[in-house]
Amino acid sequence: MQELMNRAKELLADGTVARVLGWKAGDLSYNPEPAFFETEESLKDFVYNGFCGANLSKYMIAASKFEGKTLICLKPCDTYSFNQLIKEHRVDREKAYIIGVGCKGKLDIEKIRQQGIKGIESISGAEIEDEAETLTIQTIYGEKTCAYKDVMLERCHVCKGKEHMIYDELIGESKDTKDADRFAEIENIEAMSPEEKFAFFQKELSKCIRCNACRNVCPACSCRKCVFDSDKFDSSQKANVDSFEEKMFHVIRAFHVAGRCTDCGECSRVCPQGIPLHLFNRKFIKDINEFYGEYQAGEDTDSKGPLTNFDFEDVEPGIVAERG
Amino acid sequence: MSIENKEEFRPKIVAFCCNWCSYAGADLAGSSRLSYPADVKIIRVPCSCRVNPMFILRAFEKGADGVIMCGCHPGDCHYSTGNYYARRRMTLLFSMLDYLGVENGRTRVEWVSAAEGVKFSQTMNEFVEKIHSLGKNVRLGDLRCRN
Amino acid sequence: MFKIKAENLPALFRKIAAEQELYLPVKEAGQVNFAAWSENAEVSLDTLKTVKSPKDAFFPQSENLYSCVKDGKKISIEPGALKEQNFVLFGMKACDIQGVKVLDNVFLSEPVDTFYAARRDHGTIVALACHEPEESCFCKVFGIDCADPVADVAAWMIEGELYWKALSEKGEALTAIVKELLTDADEAKVEEEKQVIRTIVDKLPYSNLSLEGWGEEDYMERFNSSVWEELYKPCLACGTCTFVCPTCQCYDIKDYDTGHGVQRYRCWDSCMYSDFTMMAHGNNRNSQMQRFRQRFMHKLVYYPVNNNGMFSCVGCGRCVEKCPSALNIVKVIKAFEKQGGEN
Repeated sequence: MQELMNRAKELLADGTVARVLGWKAGDLSYNPEPAFFETEESLKDFVYNGFCGANLSKYMIAASKFEGKTLICLKPCDTYSFNQLIKEHRVDREKAYIIGVGCKGKLDIEKIRQQGIKGIESISGAEIEDEAETLTIQTIYGEKTCAYKDVMLERCHVCKGKEHMIYDELIGESKDTKDADRFAEIENIEAMSPEEKFAFFQKELSKCIRCNACRNVCPACSCRKCVFDSDKFDSSQKANVDSFEEKMFHVIRAFHVAGRCTDCGECSRVCPQGIPLHLFNRKFIKDINEFYGEYQAGEDTDSKGPLTNFDFEDVEPGIVAERG
Repeated sequence: MSIENKEEFRPKIVAFCCNWCSYAGADLAGSSRLSYPADVKIIRVPCSCRVNPMFILRAFEKGADGVIMCGCHPGDCHYSTGNYYARRRMTLLFSMLDYLGVENGRTRVEWVSAAEGVKFSQTMNEFVEKIHSLGKNVRLGDLRCRN
Repeated sequence: MFKIKAENLPALFRKIAAEQELYLPVKEAGQVNFAAWSENAEVSLDTLKTVKSPKDAFFPQSENLYSCVKDGKKISIEPGALKEQNFVLFGMKACDIQGVKVLDNVFLSEPVDTFYAARRDHGTIVALACHEPEESCFCKVFGIDCADPVADVAAWMIEGELYWKALSEKGEALTAIVKELLTDADEAKVEEEKQVIRTIVDKLPYSNLSLEGWGEEDYMERFNSSVWEELYKPCLACGTCTFVCPTCQCYDIKDYDTGHGVQRYRCWDSCMYSDFTMMAHGNNRNSQMQRFRQRFMHKLVYYPVNNNGMFSCVGCGRCVEKCPSALNIVKVIKAFEKQGGEN
């Protein structure tokens, strides 16, 4: 992290960049927030550790309109989102100086809490430098430990790899943390009976409080005005009616990013009710891979997306019923 | 509306029909005196590609028991390629609905040209029968739209 | 004072549920929220904070105000039903109870919100003292004592036993219903527990937060401060903080077209949303900075100014835990503290 900070200071000092987009230390040991730093002095609050899960790509949409270049710190998986935004002309590559930062898997504070750890005073082992296998957590109720792997974000278990797709320079080592099959959960659901599937999603989506965090955090959801926010669109967007509205919102949300979603997992990370929203996005990814050939959004900046493309020999929609 | 509770189930079917093919196909079916059930409500669209996934979900929300989309045969699109895009979209959407536990027989895509009045009538008859066997759509409707 | 063994609680719940509706923290699909009790509900009284606050019980996220039904040429209007059934909210924490008082000031002052008032009349609150407060809690800052909650019934969970003390008429009535399951107890253990809880609260990192300068009539300096410009930047404009908050009380009223009529419903609204208080001429707060500022100025300035100094934040810490960008009211208070009131 020191190296990263020094480099950021250097680039600020020599005028290469006008600001740094990174993470600012929070007031607790686990809540850094995305932040812009404009002076070398302000960088004293800069932090980069296991809790910096937030994908900063989306902030670059705003930063593309600022005066001068912005230094942006991107983890390997964030670079996919960044590429996708370039492809959609939502960010200006020329306005960004990308430092690809190392990543060894990001932590999920909810998973730490689920282990019954509360009253957290400090956490050690989350620094990017220490290759700690266990986190040591000081709490008001005594010292607790947990395995780093057990409290990683869901997305890190299906890590897309340690390669950065786009960068100006790289700082720090990355680790591929993949230890699960990306589509295993999807396949489990597909194998259920329609009744079970319906019951499963009904239960999960009934928790939805319509806060829109999943949508607003999503780097692919970059419309200036969302269709669901339109006053001309007759939807009870804010009412948590426990019937169809929620399904419609989540299906459409996933559909609007189908073929553009890089599976960065931010939606599932931010959901206050812990709804596994990636199950929707990943289902589309799986189908796209099966029907139209392997495709990873954000791998490049110029390929055609699967839904803005077609093949004469594409499968017919009837395949859904035939598949059974 | 209250009839269906007391008597036999009459499904509500929404059919999105492309102006250049199946809508004319429906016309042909009519002028050829071929019958198809009155349960099918046709919505004319300029191209199957105009059908937004939201239209399909909306139809279900407001009480449809089945939704069918008809467009030009692949290769025959009035706008050259519209139906190819529509095909991908609908495939993905239907697959998602299936994944959510909605019976996959409730959604269908059929390519019907302006000359295929017979196919149109057959398709609709088949589809209505299918929906009839599936019964009322209880999973996707909005509770508030029932009475 | 009475007590009951934890393993007998299901019997207690059954007894209450036989007479009234019973809502308590229930784990559903991995998350704990207040929900109706049933035999197979996974009750989780150990959970300190439910994801959503229990304000839903009095001010539901969405409720029907009236429905119009069209039948031919006839239109009939049916008003939404007022709550008529008595219900019990079991296991509310001191902060959430204070949250209800904040809502009372809004909905029970003239003109009285009849939907809300009916729910308040029919609801009995059983408060549960916080056994193990967490680092995100800061109720002490607002003068709330989580060791000694005040409601219709106060309860403490100590070493596998629930201590029960009725504090109001409603509480006495509820106690009468479950009387046969309770045994007499003395207060010594409870007093001890209170001390333990208070010692923990004193150690919490946010317990010493200073509210100096907030809640004052003269607030333009704060309003115009440049601190907001920096603070709001990571805000995603989602409504998480407002929807998990026990005191946020803004709502929207909308019509839903049911195809055979109209349903007029009320639903929570969030000042973080771009369509909040949208009017014909547009929106009166058109940048996210303004919306962000509104939320905190309302909680810490406007509300106390209008309600005898009562803040409309209760320090439950839900926003601290749930904000996707790790922003929260504590960071706002601290940012101004750091500035020492200067801009």
